[in-house]
Parts: sequence; structure tokens; C-alpha cells
Amino acid sequence: METYYNPEDLKKFGKIGDFQKDLADKFFDYYGEVFKEGALTAREKSLIALAVAHTVQCPYCIDAYTSDTLEKGCTEEQLMEAVHVAGAIRGGASLVHGVQMMNQAKKKMM
Amino acid sequence: MKSLKAQGHAFSESTQQLEQLNKNGFEPFKEKLQNIGLFPLKPTGIDIFQMNLGKMCNQTCQHCHVDAGPDRKEIMTRETMQYCLDILAKSNIQTVDLTGGAPEMNPDFRWLVEEASALGKHIINRCNLTIINANKKYHDLPEFFAKHKVEVVSSLPHYTAFRTDRQRGDGVFDRSIDAMKRLNDVGYGIEGSGLEFNLVYNPTGAILPGPQASLEADYKRELKRKFGVEFNNLFVITNMPISRFLEYLLRSGNYEEYMQTLIEAFNPIAASGVMCRNTLSIGWDGYLYDCDFNQMLDLKVKGNSQHVSEFDFEALENREIVLDQHCYGCTAGLGSSCGGQTS
Repeated sequence: METYYNPEDLKKFGKIGDFQKDLADKFFDYYGEVFKEGALTAREKSLIALAVAHTVQCPYCIDAYTSDTLEKGCTEEQLMEAVHVAGAIRGGASLVHGVQMMNQAKKKMM
Repeated sequence: MKSLKAQGHAFSESTQQLEQLNKNGFEPFKEKLQNIGLFPLKPTGIDIFQMNLGKMCNQTCQHCHVDAGPDRKEIMTRETMQYCLDILAKSNIQTVDLTGGAPEMNPDFRWLVEEASALGKHIINRCNLTIINANKKYHDLPEFFAKHKVEVVSSLPHYTAFRTDRQRGDGVFDRSIDAMKRLNDVGYGIEGSGLEFNLVYNPTGAILPGPQASLEADYKRELKRKFGVEFNNLFVITNMPISRFLEYLLRSGNYEEYMQTLIEAFNPIAASGVMCRNTLSIGWDGYLYDCDFNQMLDLKVKGNSQHVSEFDFEALENREIVLDQHCYGCTAGLGSSCGGQTS
């Protein structure tokens, strides 16, 4: 069955360089640097990546960072809390615009 | 849960496992070693004499590469142990590594430890923890281990009950914590006691293990904080794609991806430090193998010295190590051995 997302495509990510090598090299070098141990631990970065993956709803990233966070020693509970952080920010981002709606409603109505 | 053997599963035959490991067109492990000039793989010496005292165990763990359990009756006889002790007496091998199954269930276990201890050997015992509180006759094992300064190495796949019990069976985590307290009470894992107590982590699923140092820090913090128990080091081990774990990989649809992950994570430094280069593995029936995994796949050492009754130290030190596709498990990422990560 054809679908827009194919799990096999994740393995081909590196091939984006076939069409534009210089930018791909720069991106992957940058990507590698970002995820190195720094002021944040590699594990903290991986959990952030998992939360962001849910926010941008990228199935490749969700698969990749589920494995990565588990490999780095996170528990299932920690993974789900990261997803809730994404959910809370997404939900909050909608709700906080409610203030704008209220402002406009108050302006328009008597 | 029954062993694969008791279930009559195809993977209770080592030939079926090897057939599975070789039928997917993955790059042969030998070629990987050839590419880095490590083939044929030769020993650097024989420093560790690892004796598998039998497949009998009080647990039936999901990932067990031995397919051990209460329904397995194969155990090493005293006669075979005596051959081993004679070899150890004549050699400079310093470390005797006892494994199983639950090695303590072998009726000659204590005799063997006493004899090996009298030879001045360093003894490692791979204890599953729950054997200590399984039956009154095992309650004094911590004191017995301490008397002979046995290094205790125990599997605890996670510091949460949820993960540990999923791999090792319901209630195993709580009983393991109780056993750890008993070991701590006689000094095991306590700094300055000289009694070494190490834990083993292996992933509860089809993923590679993370770095040993950070996992060890988590284990130490959480086990001390929640249960007040201590240990010395955490050994991080990769799950080998054989026996029950191989069956799980196939059943869960993870096999191809897991193998691919192991192959892509091939690490030449880990390859040069694999444990088969300084370890000899002895089966319950006295046959010799390059490692405990080869033993479970019935891949005996190459050459004429294949049994403790025909032990030829020089020939074994110069043997060519037997390899197959499961070997990718020891060379992936940071490497894996019975003593943890290798690079």
C-alpha cells in the first residue's frame, strides 16, 4: 500500500545530499554538534527532540527519538511526560490566543 | 513461561537459529573483520575460564540466551568440574567465571567454589539474585560468597519494577531488591569491604544500550534513594540475537531492524576488544567454546582440543575463533561483553 510516510525512508535521510551536497553536509554537521553533550546532557536533548517531534508531528522523528531516549536510559514515564510537555505547549498556544479573541469580542460588543 | 525446548520451538535447535541469522542477506560478520584486518580472529590469551554449570534456573527470563528455566535439567557433573579444576591448577588462568542457569542450583556448586578458592583463583559468580531468597538452603549464600571473596555479578535490567519484571517475571524486582539487601548486609557493594558486587543492565527490548557511565549513575542514585541498596559497578550488555531474544525479535517484528542497527553500529575498537579473545567458555557437558553465546549455538572451538578431557592450552591459545552473524551483538556501539562495554 502506498502512503506518504514510509518507515524505510528514514534510513535514506542522508541521501538528501545527493541533490545538494554542501547544504546537506552543513546540516548534518550542525545536527551532530547540536546533539553532543553540552550545557544540556545528551539525554536532555533527546527528550526535547522527542517533545518537538510530537509538536511538528514527524513520524520519522518520533520513531527515532523514542528509540534514542530509551537507549539513553529514559523510562516510559519520562517519555510520556515529554509528550505532555509538547501537548501542554500546543494546547496553551491555542488557549492563550483566547485573550486576543476576548479583546476583539469586547471591542466589538457593547 | 516454558523454555523454548519444553515448548518444542524450532529455535531450541541451534541449527535453526543459525539458519535464521544467515538467511537475510546481511553482510557476513567475517567480512567486517576482514575489512579491518582482524580476520581470522585470534585470542590474546586465556585469562578467564567461564564455566556454565547448567541450564537449570529458578527463573525463565524473556531474553535468556541459554533458554534456561526450571524445566531444564542439564547440569555439570563433579567429574567435569574436576577436569576443570585440574586444568586451572596447572595453568596461570586467574579468573574463574561461574554462570548458568542459576549456578548455585548445581549440587556441587559450593564444592567447586571451595576447590577453586583453594587454588587461589578469583571467582566470579553470575547470580540471578532471586536464588538467594528462593529457598532456605540458599539463604546463607551471601555469607558463603563473602567467605571465598567471590565477586557477585547480577542481572537487574532496570531500577524500576515495571521494566525488570517484564523481562524477568512478576515479582522478580522486589525479590531482587531483598537479595541485594542481604548481600549489602554482609558487605557486598559497600565501599572498603573488598567484596565486589556488580549489576548488569541489558535493554528491555529491541534497542541498543546507552553509555555505561550515565546508566550507572542513574542506577546508583535511584537504588540508593528508593531502596537503600548499593553496588559497585554497572556492566552494560547488548542483547544477543539468539535463542529467546531471537524468538522475541521475530515475534515482535523487530528482527530486521535490530540486526541492521547492530550492523550499522559496528565499531572496530569494540571488535578488537571482544571477550572471546581472552575467555574460554566451558559447557555443562565439558565441551569448549569461544564464548557463552557460541556455546548456546553449539559452535565448538576449532581444533582437536574440544573437551576438558583433551585440554591443550597451547593449541587453544592459538585457535581461530568461530564467528557468525550473532557476533555483531558484541561489536555494536560501545561494545558488549560479560564485563560490560568494551570501548
